[in-house]
Amino acid sequence: MSDYTAEGGHGAVPTEGVPTGSGTTKGSWPLYEVFVRGKRGLNHVHVGSIHAADAEMALHNARDLYTRRNEGVSIWVVRAEDITASSPAEKDPFFAPAGDKVYRHPTFYAIPEEVPHL
Amino acid sequence: MTATLDEQDLQQGFEDVIAADQRIEPRDWMPEAYRKTLVRQIAQHAHSEIIGMQPEGNWILRAPSLRRKAILLAKVQDEAGHGMYLYAAAETLGVDREELTEKLISGRQKYSSIFNYPTLSYADVGVIGWLVDGAAICNQVPLCRCSYGPYARAMIRICKEESFHQRQGYELLLAMVNGTDAQREMVQESTNRFWWPSLMMFGPPDADSPNTSQSMGWGIKRHTNDELRQRFVDMTVPQAEALGITLPDPDLRWNAERGHYDFSEPDWSELKAVISGSGPCNAQRLAHRRRAHEDGAWVRDAAAAYAAKHGGSR
Repeated sequence: MSDYTAEGGHGAVPTEGVPTGSGTTKGSWPLYEVFVRGKRGLNHVHVGSIHAADAEMALHNARDLYTRRNEGVSIWVVRAEDITASSPAEKDPFFAPAGDKVYRHPTFYAIPEEVPHL
Repeated sequence: MTATLDEQDLQQGFEDVIAADQRIEPRDWMPEAYRKTLVRQIAQHAHSEIIGMQPEGNWILRAPSLRRKAILLAKVQDEAGHGMYLYAAAETLGVDREELTEKLISGRQKYSSIFNYPTLSYADVGVIGWLVDGAAICNQVPLCRCSYGPYARAMIRICKEESFHQRQGYELLLAMVNGTDAQREMVQESTNRFWWPSLMMFGPPDADSPNTSQSMGWGIKRHTNDELRQRFVDMTVPQAEALGITLPDPDLRWNAERGHYDFSEPDWSELKAVISGSGPCNAQRLAHRRRAHEDGAWVRDAAAAYAAKHGGSR
């Protein structure tokens, strides 16, 4: 039995006796979520997160980290703690109200085939 | 009683997502062992990228031309970026970035064995791109479909960039083998040193990999160590032929029956020794990382003080 394996991209690392964290926060720089607009006409899309002392540093570091190859024309950074989120679970009751309203979709309505442009 | 039933429901929900080949996201319930496996794997993957800057960074100031220097700088900067993507993915599992750094420099979390070998000539820059990044690509491409969403997304980003790494390395080697006899000799000598450590990057043989089946069951790992190693050898042999160099394994030959190349077993005792700290550069790599962290402390403090004085982002 080996206590090491090929975890991760660059290969063999130990798997036994490796601590995985206490879950405590040590007061490092705050975390910012990063959103990038890939090009004009597209929405900003979440690409990841970054630590920075303040928002301006977060913008600069996000540029260096997430747009080294012209991936963006605009960046937003938002303090992670300022984001309010629903639960991500797919069966979340939060989304139940939309579940039974099939009449909100165009395919709900039967229209005779010979009627054009509908 | 209720708690137990809830736990079963949650476990079932988790398993349903895995079975449907969907992704687990940070705030989903997950078994503690799954979380721990991912923290360990992603953190040590991140450490590998960060430590991986050192072997090649060693040659930036001695690059043979401005073109090679710009390429190598971009590559080493990418490695830092890969480390950042991965630390961010690890943090979604509830670990703290500072704590991960501290565990790396105190030696309690490790990094890939391959970065404990020295880079002795400029040919090593090419061979690392070709073999080491080639092996990393074999390992990493399947991780783009890993069941943990943030890890899979980080890997997609990384794999796009690794392709540049491998191609710049191979192009460098092509230039050298088309140069002088001395340059061809440098490429051969470097390949001789990096071939076996590259094969070891895939980890121990399947029979000695007790964690593989659990990791595959969770959809973290998609192929066994031996499958990936074989894939790497099959891909690499024709690339070596195109360079006109010899891979240092007398038993390496095509097996028509299997449809694969046969090759010798790496020396597993060497892998074990390098991982447990006895490689040629283990102490040097860690000392360098620790020094960089400690030397940068005043910069971090100054930035925090500036942010506090100017009200941060508020």
